[in-house]
Amino acid sequence: MSAAEWRNAMNAGVGRLAMGKPVKAPALQVKPHAFQSPIGLRHVVVLAFLLAFPLYATPFLTFQIGAQSLALGLVALSLTFLGGYGGMVSLAQMTVAGIAGYLVAILGASASADTSISLGWPWWLAVLAAVIVATACGAFIGWLAVRTEGIYMIMITLAVGVAFYYLCLQNYSVFNGFQGFQRVKAPTLLGLDWREPVLFYYLVLFWSLAGYLFVKYLIRAPFGVALQGIRDNPRRMNALGFHVTAHRVAAFAVAGLIAAVGGVLLVWYNGLITPNSVGTSWLINVLIIAVLGGLRHPIGPFIGAIVFVLLQTFAIDLIDRERFNLVIGAVFLAIVLFSPDGLLGLWAALKTKFSTPRGGLK
Amino acid sequence: MKKRTFVRTLVGAAVLAAFSGVAYSQQTVKIGLLATLEGPFAAGGADGMRGAELAIKQKNGMAGGRKIELIKASSDAKPDVAVNATRKLVEQDKVDIMVGPLSGGEGIAVKEYSKTQPNITFINGSSGAQATTLVNPSPNFFRFNTEGAQWMVGLGKAALDKGYKRVMVIAEDYAFPYSQVQGFMAEYCRLGGKVPVKAWVPLGGKDYASVIARIPKDVDALVVVLGGADAVNFLNQYEAAGGDKPMVGGSITVSQDILNYKGKRRDSLVGTIAGSPIADAYDAPEFKAFVADYQKNYPVSAGGYPSPSLFALVYYINMKAALDGLDAVKGDLSGGQAKYREALQKMTLKTPVGDVRLDANRQAIGSTFVTEVVKDAQGNLFNKVLRRVDGIDQMLGMKKEEFQMGSRDVPSCP
Repeated sequence: MSAAEWRNAMNAGVGRLAMGKPVKAPALQVKPHAFQSPIGLRHVVVLAFLLAFPLYATPFLTFQIGAQSLALGLVALSLTFLGGYGGMVSLAQMTVAGIAGYLVAILGASASADTSISLGWPWWLAVLAAVIVATACGAFIGWLAVRTEGIYMIMITLAVGVAFYYLCLQNYSVFNGFQGFQRVKAPTLLGLDWREPVLFYYLVLFWSLAGYLFVKYLIRAPFGVALQGIRDNPRRMNALGFHVTAHRVAAFAVAGLIAAVGGVLLVWYNGLITPNSVGTSWLINVLIIAVLGGLRHPIGPFIGAIVFVLLQTFAIDLIDRERFNLVIGAVFLAIVLFSPDGLLGLWAALKTKFSTPRGGLK
Repeated sequence: MKKRTFVRTLVGAAVLAAFSGVAYSQQTVKIGLLATLEGPFAAGGADGMRGAELAIKQKNGMAGGRKIELIKASSDAKPDVAVNATRKLVEQDKVDIMVGPLSGGEGIAVKEYSKTQPNITFINGSSGAQATTLVNPSPNFFRFNTEGAQWMVGLGKAALDKGYKRVMVIAEDYAFPYSQVQGFMAEYCRLGGKVPVKAWVPLGGKDYASVIARIPKDVDALVVVLGGADAVNFLNQYEAAGGDKPMVGGSITVSQDILNYKGKRRDSLVGTIAGSPIADAYDAPEFKAFVADYQKNYPVSAGGYPSPSLFALVYYINMKAALDGLDAVKGDLSGGQAKYREALQKMTLKTPVGDVRLDANRQAIGSTFVTEVVKDAQGNLFNKVLRRVDGIDQMLGMKKEEFQMGSRDVPSCP
C-alpha cells in the first residue's frame, strides 16, 4: 500500500474529526528505514553553518542567540512531535522542562537564600535523575490528558502547567518559593567549563541534533507511523488492533524525554530557575515557537526559536523602547496570518510559487 | 512579495542592529539602563527610567568631560529576562556602566551575572532585596539606595508610640516584603512589641477572605506590606468584612493609589504610619528642587506622575551616583574601571533625601522617613513626615553576629 493510498483510506474513515479546517499535518511517512533518504547539499550547508557559527560570531551571539534558540527549540521540538505527528497539543511541555530544571537545581548544587535545600549530588547523577523523573512526569501528564482531544487536552495540560507554577511559587521546603534557585551551573568536565559560551553552544547543538535525528528516526519507525495513523484516524487504528491510549501516552513520554533534556540545558543556560521559568507566559511561548516555525517538520521548532529569540533580543533596537512588544506581536501575527503552517509553510509556498530548483536554504 | 520584503527588511534590520555595536569613539560613555517596561511593575519601571533620565538631563548629557550615551532595555520583573537584557546591553551594545534592575529577584540575578563581567561596573536600579549585597556580594555591583529593611527603620518605635502593642503582619510572599517585615520587626520586637500571626499571601492574590478570617481579635493593628492593586483589594475586602483595625504600611503600600481610595474606610486611613525612602511632603530644599525639576520635565500631560514615585527617586539616585563617579575620575574608565570603582566606593553622594555613603559590601548607608497619613483642608489625604532617620546601615544598627536576614520565620516574636 503506498503512502497516498494509506492516507486516503484513513481519511475516508468514519471517525474523521470534524474540527473545521484542520491544520495541515505532516504527510504520513512510511519509509521503513530512518536514514534511507540521501543527505542533501542543504543538510551539509546547514550543519557546516551551525558548526562554524561560534568561529565568526561574538560570544554574545553564540550564547544568547545560538545556544538559547537551540535549547528552546529542543523544548518546542517535543511539542512539534506531539502536535504535528500525534495530533495532541500540550501546553505542559515547559512544565516538564521546568521539572527537569528544578530537579537539577534541587538534587545538584545551587545557591539560594536557603542553601540547605540543594542535596549536592554529583552533577551526572542529578541530571540523570532529573531526566528520568521529568520523563515520567511527562508520561503521567499524558496519561491524564490523552483521553481528551483538541481544546480539552489544551485545557488539561494548561491546568497541570499552572498548578505546577503555583506549587513552585508557594512551596518553600522543596522549591524555595518565589526565589527559586540561583547559580545552577553547567558542570566542569574533562577540565573544561561547559558554561563557556562556545563550549555550551556545542553542548546544546549536540543535544539539539540528537533530538532532531531522534524525532526524524522515530516518525519513520513503526511506532511513529502508528502514531500518525492514530492522529489521522484513532477509531480505525483501534479497530486494526492498535492500543490507541498506550501509543498516545508513549508519545507523551517521548516528548517528555526531549523536553527534559531541553529543560536541563535551559536551566544551565539561565543559571537559575524560578517559578517564572514555568509560568503561563513560557507555557504559551513554547506553543508560539512551535507554531511560528511550523508543525510539519522537526526543523520547524528550531527555526521558530531562532526567530523568537532574535525578536526578543533585538526588537527593542528597532522601535521606540516602550513599544517594542508591538513589533514582536506584529511579526507573530503576520507569520500566522500569511502562513498557517508557520515559516516552513511560507518557505514551501514561496518554493512552489517560483519553483526554482535550488535548495540551499531551509 | 510584500510579505517577503517585510520579513527581509526586518531580518536586515536585526542584523544591522546586531553589528552596529562595533565602532565607537572614545569620547562617549555608554550607560545601559534596565527597568521593567512590561509586567506587574511596568508603570514603576517607566517612572524609574524618567528618574534616571532626569539625572542625565541635569548634567546636560555630560559627565567627567565625556558625552553620555544611554541605551535602555526592558524586562518584566523575571530574573532570567533581566539577565538576558543585561547580557545584551553589556556584551552586544558594549556599555561601560550598567544601571538596573528594578525588582528584588532581578537584582540578585544581575548581581550574579556581574561577577562574569569584571570590567564593567554595575549600579543597582531600585531592587531592594537584602541578599543582593549581603550574600555573596559582587565586587563590581554597587547599590546607592537603601533597601527594603532599611526603609522600615523607625517604624517599629512609631507603632509602639501609637499604642500598638500586638500586631498581625500581612505581606506578600517574596524577598522584598520579607526584608520590609524584618526591618519593622527587628525594632518592634526589641522594644517589646508582639507579632502573634504572620500571613504570607501570594503576589497578585485576589482573595483575602481566609487571611481576614485569621485576624485575631486581640491585635491592635495590622502591618500591611502589599503592593498597589493587592493593597486596594485587601482594603476593599477588609472593609466588606467589617474590619476596623488601624494599619501600619510598608514602603509601597500607602502610595498615591491607596490615598485616592474611595471606600467608606477612607477616613480610617488617616493615622496610618509607614516607612519609606521618599515622602511627598518632605520640605527640604533639595527634595523640593528635585520634585520641581521632575514636574517640569515630565508633566502629567506627558505621562509623568503628579509627584515623582519611589522608583523615580531611587533610579535618579543611582544614576546620579554613576555620573558623579565619572566626574570624580574625569571620565577615566581605564584599567578595568579600577579608579572609577574606587571613586564610587569613597564617594559621599548628595541626594534629594540626604547624603549616602557605601559600606564594605558596596551597599548604601542612608536616611529613611516615617510618614503618617493626614487629611488636608480640601479633604485630600497625604503622607506627612513624622520623622527622618539618618545613617541606617544594612545591619539596621545590629552587630553582625546577631543580624539575621529576613525570611518567612525570621524574626519572630509571637
